[in-house]
Amino acid sequence: MEKKEQKKRSKTEIILITVGVLFIVCMLVLPLISVVTNSLKEGIQFYFQSLASEYVVSALGVTLLATVIVVVVNTFFGIMAAWLLTKFSFRGKHILATLIDIPFSISPVIAGLAFLMTFGRLGWAGKYIEKINEALGTDIKIVFAIPGVILATIFVTFPFVSREIIPVLNAQGKEEEEAATLMGASGFRIFRKITLPHMKWALLYGIILCTARALGEFGAVNALSKTRGETFTLPLEIDALYLSGSADSITAAFAVSSLLVIIAVLVLVLRNFVEYKSKKKGKA
Amino acid sequence: MYVEMKDIEKHYGDFKASDHVNFGIEKGKLVALLGPSGSGKTTILRMLAGLENPDSGDILIDGKRINDIPAAKRDIGFVFQNYALFRYMTVFDNIAFGLEVQKVPKAQIKERVMELIQLTGLSGMEKRYPSQLSGGQRQRVAFARALAPNPQVLLLDEPFAAIDAKVRTELRNWLKDMIHKVGITSIFVTHDQDEAVEVADEIIITNHGRIEQTGTPMEIYKTPETPFVAQFIGKSTVVSHYEQLNGFDSVAGASQAVIRPEFVRVSKSGRLEQYMSAAEEGTVEEVVFRGNHLELTINIKGISIKAERSLEKDPVSVGEKVQVLIYRLYIFDENRTYLMENSAMQENDVFYI
Repeated sequence: MEKKEQKKRSKTEIILITVGVLFIVCMLVLPLISVVTNSLKEGIQFYFQSLASEYVVSALGVTLLATVIVVVVNTFFGIMAAWLLTKFSFRGKHILATLIDIPFSISPVIAGLAFLMTFGRLGWAGKYIEKINEALGTDIKIVFAIPGVILATIFVTFPFVSREIIPVLNAQGKEEEEAATLMGASGFRIFRKITLPHMKWALLYGIILCTARALGEFGAVNALSKTRGETFTLPLEIDALYLSGSADSITAAFAVSSLLVIIAVLVLVLRNFVEYKSKKKGKA
Repeated sequence: MYVEMKDIEKHYGDFKASDHVNFGIEKGKLVALLGPSGSGKTTILRMLAGLENPDSGDILIDGKRINDIPAAKRDIGFVFQNYALFRYMTVFDNIAFGLEVQKVPKAQIKERVMELIQLTGLSGMEKRYPSQLSGGQRQRVAFARALAPNPQVLLLDEPFAAIDAKVRTELRNWLKDMIHKVGITSIFVTHDQDEAVEVADEIIITNHGRIEQTGTPMEIYKTPETPFVAQFIGKSTVVSHYEQLNGFDSVAGASQAVIRPEFVRVSKSGRLEQYMSAAEEGTVEEVVFRGNHLELTINIKGISIKAERSLEKDPVSVGEKVQVLIYRLYIFDENRTYLMENSAMQENDVFYI
């Protein structure tokens, strides 16, 4: 009897489940399935053929290169920012904490345009880059080149790592660090032996989120990357294929999309694994 | 004096955490910093450790001024309130940490850590993590970790706060014995007077950032020097109009008095044999069972006082008229406390002889 009663669901529960499932199926699952089915419309051979095209390979290269650099840079600065914000107190700390979140609230396109206006020919930093190039005989380009793509992606994905580890470091408090300091441990030893083991899983989680976001960034990169086959990333390439309008290229766009979907799913699996691991660790 | 603070001042914004703090502690003593929360006791401890810096004044250990010596070089062991054990390290690694930082050879570290594990009764637990230990065991690890580098002074911040009441008494004795065995000069912070009285050789009482009184537990108990100490120590009841009580005369300037339960004897009506003239008649207002005794609230001429009654004696009930004998009380003015004996009793004494 008791068990039966427990299994009986309340009306609210039934409604919530129905709405939730319907919403996710309509908004997420169906569109993703259509990406996969569309990509295979012309057969598996065409699918691989479109993935092997010169533009796509180049875009994949640019995307991976940018992602690796972005993740490394953001992990480094993310850890530094989180460490600074949680373990030290100084004037303007709250302002800094808010500034870190700006990329979350600003449209990526604006971020891209901001870089364009800074490093482009009309921007204030553009002149200095020209001067450096003249003086050193180099040909550094930021806007409409890969450095621009990387900068824009860094901007957009900056908060992910620090936002994940700040709560963990806050919860840990300062006492363990203080104890270690009293015993004469250097800042680096404290970080390696006490802080890092503590935030390990949160850090990994932040890195995964940052990777996922960096792979798929469109808006900010779009403003700074205009050369197909050279500086285009996968999302830009998909856009270009789709906009070119022919039936073949639309199918190709879906094929490339499916590549990103697969990567996204892999990242999700990894994310859940990490979450599971960190929870288990937390209980021990 | 081994550990000394001279005229220390410390502010946090407008808040005065230390106000002309002066005290000295002899080598090898176990001293309690006792006071209500916010009285500045933890600030004193943290300044000694070097975790905070005083605005002015000198801190001395063994005659040397240590104000400008960084925390890590002060040779001080610190036990944090919640122990702050390194949760991703085993018991062994926790205790070894300070020695590893000092680059002591591995074999020596092992020897010292095992010695401390033995001493603190943690044998067999060296591979456990802090989360796998009980509160008492964690305290032992924290204690061993603080002692490992052989510090000159040991500081403990509320060492019993994180432990449940049942084990606390046991651990007090353990810690007291252990500190005396090791012979290290130790200072601990507490807001619990029982803890301070039981564990410490000497007590420093703090209030509003000032030191109110320093002395052995007995001295502080018997001769409180300031109104604050008189009220803070013991189960004290503050009374105005004490001059209305039998045998106590008004003293100019001192308008209030403190009465402790042990100064009061309660007898059932008509059972009092001596000092009839010194006794008061009172009404029992409240009876609370405290486990091993009864706590009574008695109203005498509109003045409420607390008294204790043994369970061995005939019980009294609320509303009952009783005879109350007040042996003595502390009267105080703004700055000082005076002990005042019941004059009616003394006269009676003379009469009897």
